[in-house]
Amino acid sequence: MSNTPLSRLARSEAASGYAMISPTAIYAILMLAAPLITIVAYSFFKDGYLTILHEFTLDNYIATWSDPIFRAILLRSLIVSGLVTFVTVVLAFPIAYYISFNVSASRKSLWIFLITIPFWTSYLIRVFLWKVILGYNGVINSFLGALGLEDPLRMLNTVGAIAVTLAHAYAPFAILPIFVSLEKIDRSLLEAGQDLGESRFMTFLRVTLPLAMPGVVAAVLIVFIPTIGDYVTPELIGGGKLPMVANMIQAQMLPLDNKPMGSAIAVSAMVVVTVISVAFLFLNRKFLRGQK
Amino acid sequence: MMKLPPLRIYALAYLVFLYAPIVLLPIFAFNDGTIIAFPLKGFTTEWFAQMFHNDTLGRALKNSLIIAVSSAVMATCFGIFAARAGSRFNFPGKGGIIGLIMLPLVLPEIIVAVSLLVVLLGMGVTLSIFTVMLGHILICTPYAIAILNTAFNSLDRSLEEAAYDLGESKLSTFRLITLPLVMPGLISSFLISFTISLDEFIIAFFLAGNEPTLPTYIFSQLRFPKQIPMIMALGTCLVLASIVLLTIAEYFRRRGIAKTGGKDTGGFL
Repeated sequence: MSNTPLSRLARSEAASGYAMISPTAIYAILMLAAPLITIVAYSFFKDGYLTILHEFTLDNYIATWSDPIFRAILLRSLIVSGLVTFVTVVLAFPIAYYISFNVSASRKSLWIFLITIPFWTSYLIRVFLWKVILGYNGVINSFLGALGLEDPLRMLNTVGAIAVTLAHAYAPFAILPIFVSLEKIDRSLLEAGQDLGESRFMTFLRVTLPLAMPGVVAAVLIVFIPTIGDYVTPELIGGGKLPMVANMIQAQMLPLDNKPMGSAIAVSAMVVVTVISVAFLFLNRKFLRGQK
Repeated sequence: MMKLPPLRIYALAYLVFLYAPIVLLPIFAFNDGTIIAFPLKGFTTEWFAQMFHNDTLGRALKNSLIIAVSSAVMATCFGIFAARAGSRFNFPGKGGIIGLIMLPLVLPEIIVAVSLLVVLLGMGVTLSIFTVMLGHILICTPYAIAILNTAFNSLDRSLEEAAYDLGESKLSTFRLITLPLVMPGLISSFLISFTISLDEFIIAFFLAGNEPTLPTYIFSQLRFPKQIPMIMALGTCLVLASIVLLTIAEYFRRRGIAKTGGKDTGGFL
């Protein structure tokens, strides 16, 4: 390198940083950024028979958004994901609280490990087992039958069954961020609250909860975003009768082979999810400000 | 600390909810009946025998192992670069670049799958286990980075500086000092990536073409009631394998923290 500024740059910290991160960054750009840009581009192309016509059109979006089936499916996906997120986070908070405040320091990692194990075991088989548990001749109905209840409950193929299955699958995603933010809370603040005459419950409400909010916000997003795109659960637990967005994208992409249309649905869903997530972050900005 | 018995009861009930499906797995795997329901019919190992004599399953397992090992190696390598860059250097655009690399953590997998599918088909690439690997490396890398970040952050920088002062080159310092210290993190990252790849369905479903992987094979068999008991047996083996792998990964993660002098989280193992 003869050029002086260039050789100075090469020795600088920034250059070392770029050099170090470049293999991973280039891979992410080629395999993630470029494909994402491509489906955005595809969503504006025309689908010719067997080929894609590279001319700009808004038809895919007009067709997508004027299709009542798409609107119904998107609405269902949002309702299911919203329900799952609410249930998962509300159920997870006491667990995270229990592990952070009531479990001795030496046992905490054991609890966290126990909670993450089910998450790592075959997702498909876990979903299928919920079908076994909730089915017409399933585990719950067998027990109800043994207890003398004659009418088996019809639980499969309902939004509730999809929600239970997803809430189970995403439990650790909700527990971990809340646990981390609870761990960061300075315990002396809680003592201060009680010394100043607040009840234990009021201390929780006015000190613990606001300080734990960054974790709750992270948990909400980390559950909400992936569940919107879940394919397996609606397929297996909903029996194909309650499709969600992912099932619609799959149908357009593979069996119908209309890639521009599939791309338009995927992009529409991503935009809706992003808008909701950003709005949610905005609504919770006062909890996130000044915290890191 | 204050003890709240109701909270403890709730926590235990929650664990029961988390483990309920997994506990059922071996029960049905050894049940001598083709219908997955109570009451149980008796004990059999027939489903396990059936599993070992299934050729398609054998091929799916082989494919999945190839994909999982390659993806785990590549994701860990990419993870080393990114974690090292993230923990050592500051440069403009760092947040954005790392954000992009970590994006698959929150992006629905179906989006990763369809966007890669569109690009690969557009370029005329034939779908195979190689294309599945491309996707799996992408989704495993963020997990590898998360684990390796801890390993690199808890590394005492003065150890490396001492090696430089004693005349070691950058590369030999990395080999002699850094690598042994972060080794437990590397093993843990490899095992976690391996487990994720082995279990991943959507990307394999879109990108494998006609090649079966374990999850796509399982998915295709769930439609046939006759095959379910064998799938339960397979699931039992998979669950056992992941518990063993994760326990090893957790063991190494902790040893890594202890080795680099980080605070001991203790408790397990």
